[in-house]
Amino acid sequence: MEALLSQLPIGLSIAAVLLLAALGLTFTFGQMGVINMAHGEFIMVGAYTAYVLQDWAGRQAVVVALPAAFLTAGAMGLVLERTAIRRFYGRPLDTLLLTWGVGLVLQQLARDIFGAPNVQVRAPGWLSGGIPMFGSQVPYTRLFILAVAALSVLAIWAYQNRTRQGRRMRAVMQNRQLAECSGVDSERVDRLTFFIGSGLAGIAGVALTLIGPVGPNLGTYYIVDAFLVVVAGGLGRLRGAVAAALLLGLINSYAEFWTDASLAKVIVFVATVAFLQARPQGMFVLRSRALT
Amino acid sequence: MHGKSLLRLGSLATAALLALTACGGEAGTGDGAASPAGNTVKVGVLHSLSGTMAISEVTVKNAELMAIEEVNAAGGVLGKKLEPVVEDGASDWPTFAEKAQKLIRRDKVAAVFGGWTSASRKAMLPVFERNKALLWYPVQYEGLESSPYIYYTGATTNQQIVPALDYLKEQGKKKIFLVGSDYVFPRTANKVIKAYAAANGMTIAGEEYTPLGSTEYGTLVNKVMQAKPDAVFNTLNGDSNVAFFKQLKSAGATASSLPVMSVSIAEEEVKGIGVDNIAGQLVAWNYYMTTPGKTNEAFVKAFKAKYGPDKVTSDPMEAGYNAVKLWAAAAEKAGSTDPEAVKKAAGGISLELPEGKVTIDGANHHMHKTARIGVIQPDGTIKETWNSGKPIAPDPYLKSYPWAAGLS
Repeated sequence: MEALLSQLPIGLSIAAVLLLAALGLTFTFGQMGVINMAHGEFIMVGAYTAYVLQDWAGRQAVVVALPAAFLTAGAMGLVLERTAIRRFYGRPLDTLLLTWGVGLVLQQLARDIFGAPNVQVRAPGWLSGGIPMFGSQVPYTRLFILAVAALSVLAIWAYQNRTRQGRRMRAVMQNRQLAECSGVDSERVDRLTFFIGSGLAGIAGVALTLIGPVGPNLGTYYIVDAFLVVVAGGLGRLRGAVAAALLLGLINSYAEFWTDASLAKVIVFVATVAFLQARPQGMFVLRSRALT
Repeated sequence: MHGKSLLRLGSLATAALLALTACGGEAGTGDGAASPAGNTVKVGVLHSLSGTMAISEVTVKNAELMAIEEVNAAGGVLGKKLEPVVEDGASDWPTFAEKAQKLIRRDKVAAVFGGWTSASRKAMLPVFERNKALLWYPVQYEGLESSPYIYYTGATTNQQIVPALDYLKEQGKKKIFLVGSDYVFPRTANKVIKAYAAANGMTIAGEEYTPLGSTEYGTLVNKVMQAKPDAVFNTLNGDSNVAFFKQLKSAGATASSLPVMSVSIAEEEVKGIGVDNIAGQLVAWNYYMTTPGKTNEAFVKAFKAKYGPDKVTSDPMEAGYNAVKLWAAAAEKAGSTDPEAVKKAAGGISLELPEGKVTIDGANHHMHKTARIGVIQPDGTIKETWNSGKPIAPDPYLKSYPWAAGLS
């Protein structure tokens, strides 16, 4: 029983990692229909931001890097949207190839600038150690990631529901034509959405430096899982992303506990595919009268 | 409808991703058109310059290119300069086989230096045997192999894993937990470890594998902590090591409460993992940057001069460097770069290399090497705490160990 309980915080922290990686994608994919394969590389950009800031922020770099990475990755997303993706709206297959290519370019760029080997991002001293719980230790790093994920979700929720810009974003997501007819500058909303989506990837990258490698391939390790969360949760739904991340995280942690890591991956994939067979629209559906 | 078509795209994206992770970029260089035929000898250098293994393999490529330069500076082989043809295996095993075929057939190289993972070597093996060409493979591996067309300049099982187990046994570690990446090296290595344990009164507290490139170790660390082993034997490869050690440390394990013996972590990897997370842990190799001796001093100095003062040297890099030197010596002795002639001449060649004396075994194509156990220091270097005293004769099939009778 204790072993069973000790897996619970692990499942939650896997969920937090999945959620952070997928959060930005939910919006760019859900609102704009852009399959952004470079999303993983924006995560990588966030991680390297923490590495670069280490030079003057020392061990507190991870904290300082959270806003910095949001802006850096967001700005890169904005540039990508303005220069390339904008020309490919309504051609999802082409954006898929385009963004994949951009992802490869960013990976190689990271390799040229920082070298192929992983780099070290030191965690702040106050994040070492953990809280003993159910016979094992829940690390502070995991709790920190959980907090970052929760705060990100909260911020997005507040933005969407409490601000004018956020409401415009939801309007465009639900029905682009109608929103445009009502005077919403949908291009501007797209820009902003892409900025926020990419920025969230940057935040994820900073958080992930606490538990994983920081190298040019960082993004590739999380992109598949991120898409899994987005599709299973339902496009563009914050609630869906949270629920899907929780479910996948818990399935993953318990499946791995009872079997092994390779089999757990298979179980998660099979469960997702089976679920999507029964409910192709995902857990939560965005109801809309749009005809597109 | 909008939602549905997007969904289809979503699954398409996922499918594309899965397919894409399986292939990779291409970065071929050097067609050799520049030099007139006859004055140079082409040699292939085939490592992953992209993908998950690039972290490790790029450094070996660098060491091999440096060795080629040194051979050239000393007059080349049989009066001819060596001309490296570099190819990217892209961390993808079929790509290794393809590129090996290209190097042999199109570039007509005299020998290929390359590979890291056992999967890449197994993929290339039939290519080299079919073409009767030579592969010099520079990384420690799981043994149980001896191809007439491959020279293994890294350690085989009895020069790394068996000494590591001897060391753990000497230290009174009886209950061992096995952690590895899910592919041929860790699975075979663990078979050997289990046979050794059974014969030496050690118990296996658990055996876990994770997919290559895995970065989520919460559950695995939990399993390790609950099994309460005396030590962990770690055969994880590549970036997974970073995630494993970070998460192991944050779960409260230290080098003294839970020693981890690793066989795939060298100086280069320590930097990426973060010294904080791994200081005090054990590794098993044949060479460290700190290994004493004039030859090593010169090697380290030359490497830093060429690639930067902050660069480190490691066992696989040294083995790659050795491979070039040993092949050049064999070709000189044979008076030809023809693979069959080189094979005939190679047996018994003995050179003073950075790790000490290395001798080619003519029968099984492995090297006589000294085993060394090291402790990772807070400054990121590795300090030797134990060595085998003299070079150990390679025994890839563990024929001289009675407990290994049931293996292979």
